[in-house]
Amino acid sequence: MKFNCKSTLLVIGMLFSSILAFGQNASLSGDIKDNNGDPIIGATIRLDGTSIGTFSDVSGNYSIENIAPGTYDVIYSFVGFSTIKATMTFSAGEKLTKSQSMSADAMLLDEAVVIGYGTTNSKDLTGSTKLILEKDFQSGNVTTPEQLITGKVSGVQITSNDGAPGSGSRIRIRGGTSLNASNDPLIVIDEVPVDNEGIDGAANALNMINPNDIESMVVLKDASATAIYGSRGANGVILITTKKGAQGKSPMRVNLQQNFSLSTVTKTAEVMNAAELREAIIQNGDSTQLSLLGNADTDWQNEIYRNAFISESNLNITGGIENLPYRLSIGYKHEEGILRRHQLDRTSIGLNLNPKFLDDKLAVSLNTKLSTADNFFANQDAIGAAVSFDPTQSVLSGNEEFGGYFEWLNPDGTPSNLAGANPVGLLEQKEDISDVLRFIGNLKLDYELPFFPEVHAVMNIGGDFSKSSGSVVIDTDARQQFFNGGERSQYEQTKSNRLLETYFNYQESFGNNDIDFTAGYSYQRWERETPAFPLLNFDGDTVTPAGIPFQTENALISLYGRLKYTLNDKYLLTATLRRDGSSRFNPDQRWGMFPSAAFAWRISEENFLKESKAVSYLKLRAGYGVTGQQDIGNDYPYLANYTVSTSTAQYQFGNTFYELLRPDGFDFNIKWEETTSTNIGLDFGFMKNRLFGSIDYYIKQTDDLLTIIDVPAGVNFTNEILTNVGSMENKGFEFELSYVAISEAKKELIFGMNLTSNRNEVTKLSRVVDPSQVGILTGGIDGGIGNNVQIHAVGNPTNSFYVYEQIYDEAGNPLEGQFVDRNNDGIVNEMDRYIFEKPAPDFFLGFFTNYRLDRWTAGFALRGEFDRFVYNNVNSNRGFFESVPAPGQGFITNLNNSFNESGFITSNPEQFLSDYYLEKANFIRMDYFNVGYDFGKVFKESAQFNAGIVINNVFVLSDYSGIDPEVADGIDKNIYPRPRIYSLNLNFTF
Amino acid sequence: MKNLKYLSLVFAGIFVFTSCTKDLDLEPEFGINSASVYNDPSNYINVLAKIYAGLTLSGQEGPAGQPDIADIDEGFSSYIRVYWNLQQLPTDESICGWNDTGIPELNTMTWGSSNSFTKAMYSRLYFQIAVCNEFIRECSDENMDRRGFSQADKDQITAFRSEARFLRALSWYHAIDLFGSVPFTTEADGIGSFLPEQISRTDLFDYVETELLELEDLLAAPGTNEYARADRAAAWFLLAKLYLNAEVYTGNARYANCATYCNKILGAGYSLHDNYPGLFLADNHLSPEIIFPIACDGLRTQAWGGMTFMVHAFMVGANMTGAEFGVNGGWNGYRSTKAFSDKFLADSLDSDRFQFYIEGQTQEINNIGTASEGWPMGKYKNVDSNGNPGSDVSGNHVDTDFPLMRLAEVYLMYAECAVRGAGDIGTASGYMQELRDRANISSPLPSLDLEWILDERARELQWEAKRRTDLIRFGLFTSSDYIWEFKGDVEDGQGTSNHLNLYPLSADDLIANPNLQQNPGY
Repeated sequence: MKFNCKSTLLVIGMLFSSILAFGQNASLSGDIKDNNGDPIIGATIRLDGTSIGTFSDVSGNYSIENIAPGTYDVIYSFVGFSTIKATMTFSAGEKLTKSQSMSADAMLLDEAVVIGYGTTNSKDLTGSTKLILEKDFQSGNVTTPEQLITGKVSGVQITSNDGAPGSGSRIRIRGGTSLNASNDPLIVIDEVPVDNEGIDGAANALNMINPNDIESMVVLKDASATAIYGSRGANGVILITTKKGAQGKSPMRVNLQQNFSLSTVTKTAEVMNAAELREAIIQNGDSTQLSLLGNADTDWQNEIYRNAFISESNLNITGGIENLPYRLSIGYKHEEGILRRHQLDRTSIGLNLNPKFLDDKLAVSLNTKLSTADNFFANQDAIGAAVSFDPTQSVLSGNEEFGGYFEWLNPDGTPSNLAGANPVGLLEQKEDISDVLRFIGNLKLDYELPFFPEVHAVMNIGGDFSKSSGSVVIDTDARQQFFNGGERSQYEQTKSNRLLETYFNYQESFGNNDIDFTAGYSYQRWERETPAFPLLNFDGDTVTPAGIPFQTENALISLYGRLKYTLNDKYLLTATLRRDGSSRFNPDQRWGMFPSAAFAWRISEENFLKESKAVSYLKLRAGYGVTGQQDIGNDYPYLANYTVSTSTAQYQFGNTFYELLRPDGFDFNIKWEETTSTNIGLDFGFMKNRLFGSIDYYIKQTDDLLTIIDVPAGVNFTNEILTNVGSMENKGFEFELSYVAISEAKKELIFGMNLTSNRNEVTKLSRVVDPSQVGILTGGIDGGIGNNVQIHAVGNPTNSFYVYEQIYDEAGNPLEGQFVDRNNDGIVNEMDRYIFEKPAPDFFLGFFTNYRLDRWTAGFALRGEFDRFVYNNVNSNRGFFESVPAPGQGFITNLNNSFNESGFITSNPEQFLSDYYLEKANFIRMDYFNVGYDFGKVFKESAQFNAGIVINNVFVLSDYSGIDPEVADGIDKNIYPRPRIYSLNLNFTF
Repeated sequence: MKNLKYLSLVFAGIFVFTSCTKDLDLEPEFGINSASVYNDPSNYINVLAKIYAGLTLSGQEGPAGQPDIADIDEGFSSYIRVYWNLQQLPTDESICGWNDTGIPELNTMTWGSSNSFTKAMYSRLYFQIAVCNEFIRECSDENMDRRGFSQADKDQITAFRSEARFLRALSWYHAIDLFGSVPFTTEADGIGSFLPEQISRTDLFDYVETELLELEDLLAAPGTNEYARADRAAAWFLLAKLYLNAEVYTGNARYANCATYCNKILGAGYSLHDNYPGLFLADNHLSPEIIFPIACDGLRTQAWGGMTFMVHAFMVGANMTGAEFGVNGGWNGYRSTKAFSDKFLADSLDSDRFQFYIEGQTQEINNIGTASEGWPMGKYKNVDSNGNPGSDVSGNHVDTDFPLMRLAEVYLMYAECAVRGAGDIGTASGYMQELRDRANISSPLPSLDLEWILDERARELQWEAKRRTDLIRFGLFTSSDYIWEFKGDVEDGQGTSNHLNLYPLSADDLIANPNLQQNPGY
């Protein structure tokens, strides 16, 4: 780009002209209080149509100088409060004083809601969209942003993967629409859509965003809201907005938060102690096994877990220097995991600048977030090992071998590779570290056209870049890689995601008609690169030479438009259209159209309700839209590619080894999945909106579902291919309610609840409909190889359990190895399995409350999921006697306590797939309980101080027998336990 | 309102925005596509190597990763591993105590049409056939002329093409033997969405016979090709196998043809390895007996199938030590039933063919899952004839090659033909004596009869993936005339249904391809 000197000078000149004050100017000052008379800190006061404005300070005071004489609309706004517009006239030199009282807007009806390529007011929404502000976020120790809204939104199910520091979550908005493509929603951070794939070396890509920087999150749920994101909208969209500075000149405000937390183990797997195992072997085993037992009594789970410490500091500086509102944040978090040695250190810096130029016609928004994370990943193999390792052995062997740890040996003195390794050795003899750097930023220019003030031209340039590297070192004498002589390996990854968008927005009113039209173009390109490294042993000798480096990219080009039409402030119509082109599909398939339309009727604006005392708000919404899913896990699925083999997969001719060239299976006609969704909803408010809520019903029909199906044998270079043949349906119902029970000067009590019911059903899985088709097996388990306990089958929910029906005796005890011959053919084989229940809940709910009494606050949030099942793989894999190895094998493992109940002896493969191990896993979890106290002014009135105590994961009520019923995919392997966390939060504002 | 006019122009402009769409034409940086791969004559051998490697490797990364076929554990999906399991587990020869999906039904002959091993075998066969078809199509004379290859390149690629046809015939032979009447494709069919027709077992037999008879002249003369590549003798061997079992496949016995092709091999210069155990060690690529091997290598040809599977999985109990076998430990899986191991007791336990490790093991099996019941067999080892371990220091992967075709089986095929009246009994007896001498068996050779031939095949070719085909040819696979532990899912054994002589076509393929009829009984 050429740098044009003249125009730059022009811009600078205009800048100055807007800053320079001329004539004898007026001023405005006053204070801002809430309904209780408490000062509101950080409220924005601005003169509409100018760049003049400020923030209120720690006492709620504000003051604006240099107001040119004239009449202005003065806008008072603060997040979560109803915006106030006051018209004031200033004569030359006048010093006006205005004290303003603002009332909380619990329903956020006046709040600006980001909806993708623009914003709107909550009350003008036509789709199913939910705004959550910081005050309603989950409190306590939250490391990753999506967990801020866990349990807070109907239709949104967020399940943390496990209890590891920074661990990610499974997010499902109105159920999943896909079997094989991604079911994750699109996440947009400050107008940059980020990809859902992880970053190598990061436990979770989203945890690189500091939750403390987030001001609000918006969830777009139905297709009329998400269709503006076209081929990425099928699973919903989450729009994350970070905190910004305020318009106009305002004093610098410094906020310092300091949190200290303690993580504790709540529950571990129920396994036998030394005496119990010895007794079980005396009863069921033989003398050889008995002779292998040691004399210790080790609780291996106790050896690998610990109480862990977490500290977090956040420093935010907000203010406005003349035309330059700014917010700078620096955050540091040190989080230890309850698994020993596990640790995450994250530093984040965010800088947001939002100046306006050219007589406020050019609004510039620069949002940047830079973060680094240093991970020390504890070896999670230790979790399973601690469940199965023999409790009669001590941690240390007393000799030097294997780093001093007790290990099972072969007769020749080498470690047995069938016996598991010592759990403590697994932890202590492996160093698995990574460094991750991520930058997300965008620069947005919003220009009001000089001769068409109704038109804004917007350009948004954004990027999301990450670079990570990691290494693994295993000691040379460690059992883990004993035969290789330890390990030294490393990996690296760079990812980039570049965005360029331009759009126009046009808004004009003609009498009772309001038109708001947006149209634009977007180009986004993702690249991912992973170099190859050799696998070395501890001494640096090559074990496996470097493979082939990996590089992949894809691009998405889109055109989109949205028309909003409002008649009489009562009838709202929104129509959107997006045309997406994806590089992932062949040129004939790559362009797709995604339309939507929605209608809303603000019934409460009609005359017959306008005067109603009971009904304060009533809006009916109906929407329809088509969205897609193109995140299919492969950037080139339509190309007939050949793959080169690695150096360890060659073939010998004579004395020469040749690399292999393989044609890969492909589907030339693969394209995106299409979800058509219909939504009908009602928003309602009673008693001046003290009781407020909404109810929605939706149907989502997904067609061209990417399904892995068998290709007819002999026609492709693989037996199964991912192709668009399936269909599925999600139907559901959502209900949200909030109630302001008490709203008094010194006392406030608010309740919120949401309830979701979603039912998912696969309706088609193959090209040719064949009633004999069983379905697609999925859900691999521990125990045996290739055992799958779940199935996608027509007429059933995805991931339904597919099991044998256990036979019980009259006393209700299971009969080992005996299953119902359901097809009555005289033999029990895989044809006798049946579909029984599924892991997804039929309904789930969230409930939360906040109570304020004078300076005290308290709150908690409960979350429950019901009518869901979990396959207890911990029990099935270790709950039968022969999970203790046979005498000839020379080692012993521990048994799960469930052996006492089942009494199962043999390792019968069908037993793994028995419905005996399916458990109803309803639960209610208290996600947090908090108490806070506002100390008010401290340090000679120079600062505001409040403090609080939060307990996360307070309790779980459930009949489920494993350590945690909340297992995302319904198969309970050995989960990293979710800790209970006690936190102390200190919060200073200067 | 006048603004609207201009605006609509601007917006219209945006929607016809078509530049930059070239940015959507992206291709992988480190890959080659089907157009570019065949333009370079030096690439052909790498595709041919893939077809050979398809007999043992499971994917493009050793030992696992980028698998060729899906829906089964990658290690299980190795061609020779799954073939071995289908040929051995339903017989008296082997039983496996693992609790992996699909295995118990093979042990007890209770499999249904969704068994994961039968499906994996089916998928493997058609993966091989599809790659062969593509390669043969791309190697056509017209394609080579079009690409302007030199005569030397053309000659070499023509030889590759013949070997690909042989390997395709080998997979079709396995399809005939295991599945019977199956979907049929050739190089004339393209890649993509069409539905192959089903070919009868007899027609497929004729097709394979014709292919092999043509290849007889096209392949390299016996012993003149590079090690591990197929030559004429391999085609003769396959023809002999086809004819030996012709009565099962087509209803017409062809023992005379079998004897003819055995004789061709017998005159081709192969000789018995001087000792029986040496045939199955890490330096067996030097053996003069092996006609066609599947080549494995501990460092460069790694898979959890192939010989890595056979060495590890057959090691059971503490007496089969890693040190002796040249690997880092056993997987405690496979043992023989008593019915099978009894066949060895007639000979001296000092016989070189007595490869069972009986210490700490019972001969009878009362519980399939109990590894100490039944005798494990330990002839495959990853040490060379001097006792040195193989090249992979981690002790995972194995250098030993799998002897898919070896001279001793030609002796046994000839002897069987002789007993069935299609060869000379005296010559046959001489061959049998040679085998027994080589194994240090001093007891006198009994007079040859069919029952003895079957048992002698079991002893000589133990655990070499022959047994199911042999038992079917002798009518004993499903019959109640011959039973063993857990045959038919009862401990003492019982006869089973005749439909089990063929495995089911993949149930999933029946859904994918409505042209297909399932084998009767499934």
